[in-house]
Amino acid sequence: MTHAPALSGERTITPSPPRRTNLAKRKQRLAAYLFLLPFFVVFVAMLVVPLVYAGYLSLFESKLIGGEVFAGFANYARAITDPAFLGGLGRVALFFVVQVPIMLGLALFFALALDSARAHGSKAVRMLIYMPYAVPAVVATLMWGYLYGPDFGPIAQIARAVGFGTPDFLAPESILGAMMNIVTWEFVGYNMIIMYAALRSIPAELYEAAEIDGAGQFRLAWSVKIPAIRPAILLTVIFSVIGSFQLFAEPSLLNAIAPDAITNAFTPNYYAYNLAFINQELNYAAAIAFLLGIVIAVVSYVVQLGEQRRERREMRMS
Amino acid sequence: MTALDSRPTDAAIVPPRTGRRYNPDKRRSILLTVLLWLCVLYFVLPIWWLLVSSTKDNSTLFSTFGLWFGGDFSLFENLQTLFTVRDGIFVRWLVNTLVYSVSAALGATVLATMAGYAFAKYDFPGKKALFSATLGAVMIPLTALALPTYLLFSQAGLTDTPWAVIIPSLVSPFGVYLMRVYAADAIDDSLLEAARVDGAGEFRIFRQVGLRLLGPGLVTVFLFSLVATWNNYFLPLIMLNSSDLYPITVGLAQLQAAASAGGGSQALFSTVITGSFVSILPLVIAFLFLQRYWQSGLASGGVKG
Repeated sequence: MTHAPALSGERTITPSPPRRTNLAKRKQRLAAYLFLLPFFVVFVAMLVVPLVYAGYLSLFESKLIGGEVFAGFANYARAITDPAFLGGLGRVALFFVVQVPIMLGLALFFALALDSARAHGSKAVRMLIYMPYAVPAVVATLMWGYLYGPDFGPIAQIARAVGFGTPDFLAPESILGAMMNIVTWEFVGYNMIIMYAALRSIPAELYEAAEIDGAGQFRLAWSVKIPAIRPAILLTVIFSVIGSFQLFAEPSLLNAIAPDAITNAFTPNYYAYNLAFINQELNYAAAIAFLLGIVIAVVSYVVQLGEQRRERREMRMS
Repeated sequence: MTALDSRPTDAAIVPPRTGRRYNPDKRRSILLTVLLWLCVLYFVLPIWWLLVSSTKDNSTLFSTFGLWFGGDFSLFENLQTLFTVRDGIFVRWLVNTLVYSVSAALGATVLATMAGYAFAKYDFPGKKALFSATLGAVMIPLTALALPTYLLFSQAGLTDTPWAVIIPSLVSPFGVYLMRVYAADAIDDSLLEAARVDGAGEFRIFRQVGLRLLGPGLVTVFLFSLVATWNNYFLPLIMLNSSDLYPITVGLAQLQAAASAGGGSQALFSTVITGSFVSILPLVIAFLFLQRYWQSGLASGGVKG
């Protein structure tokens, strides 16, 4: 394949050298744009246009008399004082602060343990931990919903057998924790794989240097491996910000088995859905969705900023 | 191939692969092994429960211990109910899911590969801005988009058609990012130059040189898009009205809602559970088979972040 057989008939022009490079450059540039074109056509149609349209919608109000009326930022003003929206936002923020460190901590632990190749059956372990990622959130939530069941769920069965009484995972106070568990179960493996893949591509020289210094496994993990895969970890944090602030399938399905514990504004995403499709308040829903987007962008940005600052500080110190 | 050929094969010449890198000692740790396998239980038991429960009928489901078989073995009855309930709509949902996710993943992979390749291998005005826009798009929340997309699609008469699920799933900014990183690593510029000197056009180079070297990257992007569409619930939920068009996620949620609503349809619980179990099989199998490929595809993406 390296020496393509003659490629005869493909054009045999050989103009003077400088013009040829110019022409070639222009041809390559054109090719690049053509390669990008299909993606960006869909990108604009499916991301940019809807986003602009959502922004536009959020500035109107639907009145019984007069129909659509320009409302300026009235919807936004309503949102930032709406206890339902703020409550949901607080819940996902709490979710992010508690669940994400647990999930990513576990993922990092598994990735490091598997990378150290010190356990028997690492390959099987990796596959089995990763497997839940192939399970749709809908199925995971249904399944855990049954597992949590106070009467027939196996967790309650075991707890009773051991004499712990019947835990109620679906009560209003505990349902957020129950949801954290579902999401952790689903995504530890996914995050582990991203970190593990990064660990596998650390160049060997780094380890040799550490060996000369006589570093043990833990020292190696802490001082060499984790710093080396920091970009991958950052990626998982950003994905987790986006994921937790947009929780939808879990609350909407748990709502069926625990209607008292899940309000229609349990998470902002669920709230926006209910506003748009149940209450028919499209404009207000658009404003909520937009605000949620801003919150996600800000949190992601702060996470990245923190990371950059840390990097700079460490550069100065070393 | 021929039996006469007595030369040692490549496999015999190449020394056995010693780990890719320095390994201080090959000692395995019993403690770590036990710890890891205990953790594995947490990930496996729910799926085990699902398997066990799909062999129970509706009454033993609630009267026997959840993590072990009990009562009669009703898997086949359950499967029969599952595949005949509402005139076999479950098969329809499975087929829909397959069609939506495979076409969306193929499309997304093609778009992301071409774009990622262009970002990695060409210089052109606006490159930086376009790439930043792509990366920024990773952060756009679904809700901000789903609602206006729904309205736009309904004006175009596209809601309640397969297109409403497939077209929005074609955009994979993360896929473009992964392909860019992967292409930058996997395709040597000198190869492209050589092909150009030979007079090959840019598209021919992409097809004949680029695509061949991008294998693992392609599989990774394909798998991620496949899983994303396969598991998607929100988009099809708002876009589709006729249950004939539902993917498995929306269908199962609907069955479950019917089951929880109670009434006469009690038998639906075991149907929902058996359906859930059947529905996760295809992806789990696909993962087992394709794991070798996506891992090397991800390896480069994860580091350069």
